[in-house]
Amino acid sequence: MSFKHIFNQLNWNEIKESIYAKTASDVERALMHPVRSLEDFKALISPAAAPYLEQMAALSQRLTQKRFGKTIQMYLPMYLSNECQNICTYCGFSLDNPTPRTTLTPEQILKEVEVIKSYGYDHVLLVTGEANKTVGVEYFKEVLQLIRPYFSHISMEVQPLDRQEYEQLIPLGLNTVLVYQETYHHEDYKKHHPKGKKSNFTYRLETPDRLGKAGVHKIGLGVLIGLEDWRTDSFFTALHLQYLERTYWQTKYSISFPRLRPFSGGLTPKVDMNDRELVQLICAYRIFNEEVELSLSTRESQHFRNNVVRLGITSISAGSKTDPGGYASGQQALEQFEISDERSPAEIVQMIRNQGYDAIWKDWDNVLG
Amino acid sequence: MTPLTIADKTFNSRLFTGTGKFSSGQQMEEALLASGSELVTVALKRVDVQNEQDDILSHLGHPQFNLLPNTSGVRNAKEAVFAAQLAREALETNWLKLEIHPDPKYLLPDPIETLKAAEELVKLGFVVLPYIHADPVLCKRLEEVGVAAVMPLGSPIGSNNGLQTRAFLEIIIQQSKVPVVVDAGIGAPSHAAEAMELGADAVLVNTAIAVSQQPVQMAKAFKMAVEAGRMAYEAKLAPVGVTAHASSPLTAFLDEL
Repeated sequence: MSFKHIFNQLNWNEIKESIYAKTASDVERALMHPVRSLEDFKALISPAAAPYLEQMAALSQRLTQKRFGKTIQMYLPMYLSNECQNICTYCGFSLDNPTPRTTLTPEQILKEVEVIKSYGYDHVLLVTGEANKTVGVEYFKEVLQLIRPYFSHISMEVQPLDRQEYEQLIPLGLNTVLVYQETYHHEDYKKHHPKGKKSNFTYRLETPDRLGKAGVHKIGLGVLIGLEDWRTDSFFTALHLQYLERTYWQTKYSISFPRLRPFSGGLTPKVDMNDRELVQLICAYRIFNEEVELSLSTRESQHFRNNVVRLGITSISAGSKTDPGGYASGQQALEQFEISDERSPAEIVQMIRNQGYDAIWKDWDNVLG
Repeated sequence: MTPLTIADKTFNSRLFTGTGKFSSGQQMEEALLASGSELVTVALKRVDVQNEQDDILSHLGHPQFNLLPNTSGVRNAKEAVFAAQLAREALETNWLKLEIHPDPKYLLPDPIETLKAAEELVKLGFVVLPYIHADPVLCKRLEEVGVAAVMPLGSPIGSNNGLQTRAFLEIIIQQSKVPVVVDAGIGAPSHAAEAMELGADAVLVNTAIAVSQQPVQMAKAFKMAVEAGRMAYEAKLAPVGVTAHASSPLTAFLDEL
């Protein structure tokens, strides 16, 4: 049984209504419980929890420090390609976006690696669009073999693959795969992904199952905040997380919170999530799950990032370029989305230290798989 | 307080410490110095062994600190042996805290893989200190394969819940022929004192020191608690009776006959 079977038993609108029906006493119970259920999570992300934000933040901070200490992991995305066969209404890589396309050669990748290493990074996230013919599993194999000597931990955020393909990549150094569902709203998903392999909602929904079966070390989950009601989407993410933790118990999990950002040819978010609500969501995840890693990208503003590192976040990127070859060339023309916090890695590390935290560059080793 | 000997080393401090979760390398160093600890565990996955300026290792260069590399992150015996060999080569010590936790959520140790790895590592010349459940039978099995000490958990790692496994720790301590180091779950100096009063040979503390508001002061508090607990154990605690001892015993009249 995959997550699809659990998902198919639920109704989006009923879940949404139950979240919005939560009351102050539901929130108070959720905060009091030593172990929180999915119903508690609903209360924590509900509008009824808004007046409890300070309490949630204090609890989230305490739980995060207990599990992770006063540390923040550093990682950096490396965009390998912006070729893409999908149409996604919100993405700069979308097939219908008349932007120049490129895929990095081994020489170009090594130039990127040189710059990324000079910043001090040891954990790297490889990112591509979805172009299976040119940027498929064979390309990924070459890239992993090329860069493995330079990094302790390699993550990928690329198109969903088959289980057998993941099984080929893991021995070559693939540690983590991030695969965001974008939205769990089945019909809206179709509207946002009208063309390309990505339009197959179910194949994407079952990707974490394939990753779990393949034995990947860590799986990253999330939705693209802005496509649909964020509270309902986040509930489904939490449900997915709980299912995966119980099924693939040897795998680690992380959650990310990408909010829709402007890009060339962009979509106006259907749902606007303000900063207070994002803090509420971060704290709700932490209170619901003390062990899950929570990640924040450079999509968020300087002011916001400065303050949330103390509230539950455990990993952060800095100095990101979202265009292939952007680190070595300094180009900004081919980017996937605009970044908001443009500070350098050194500046972010100083900010983390100023908050009384330690920036961690290495927390994995090639020897561990 | 009597010194503690494990394998070929003697320790005057019975407080072992960890290096994770501190807000800076400098703070870690100050806290570890304040703790008086002479055995400091360091995660292989966290250190860059090629880099002399590594943020953790560069703060552990004091002569009193003996490094105890740990295999945190490995999921089976094969990975543990590989990691141990790398640690021995890189850090020039054959001491090893064997940690195998395929469960990344609660970091609970795998008893089967741990026993397999311990047996092989002992044969390879390692001084093996395995992190395990408070399982008395497993402790005896590990003792038989030649580990230098056993490190049963007091409660889940990082939980600060104290000695939730007390009943099993008592059995382990009672029947162990190798030193018993209570590891994981010790969240307050009183928990450490309790473990030492029980007769544990040492305790390992990390989170409770690193995450406190004042790690240096907390490290000192743990130092004192461990010393107090051990002194109390050596002084032999007064017995705890289940019945009251009346000042005028009820059977005293028998002596009058």
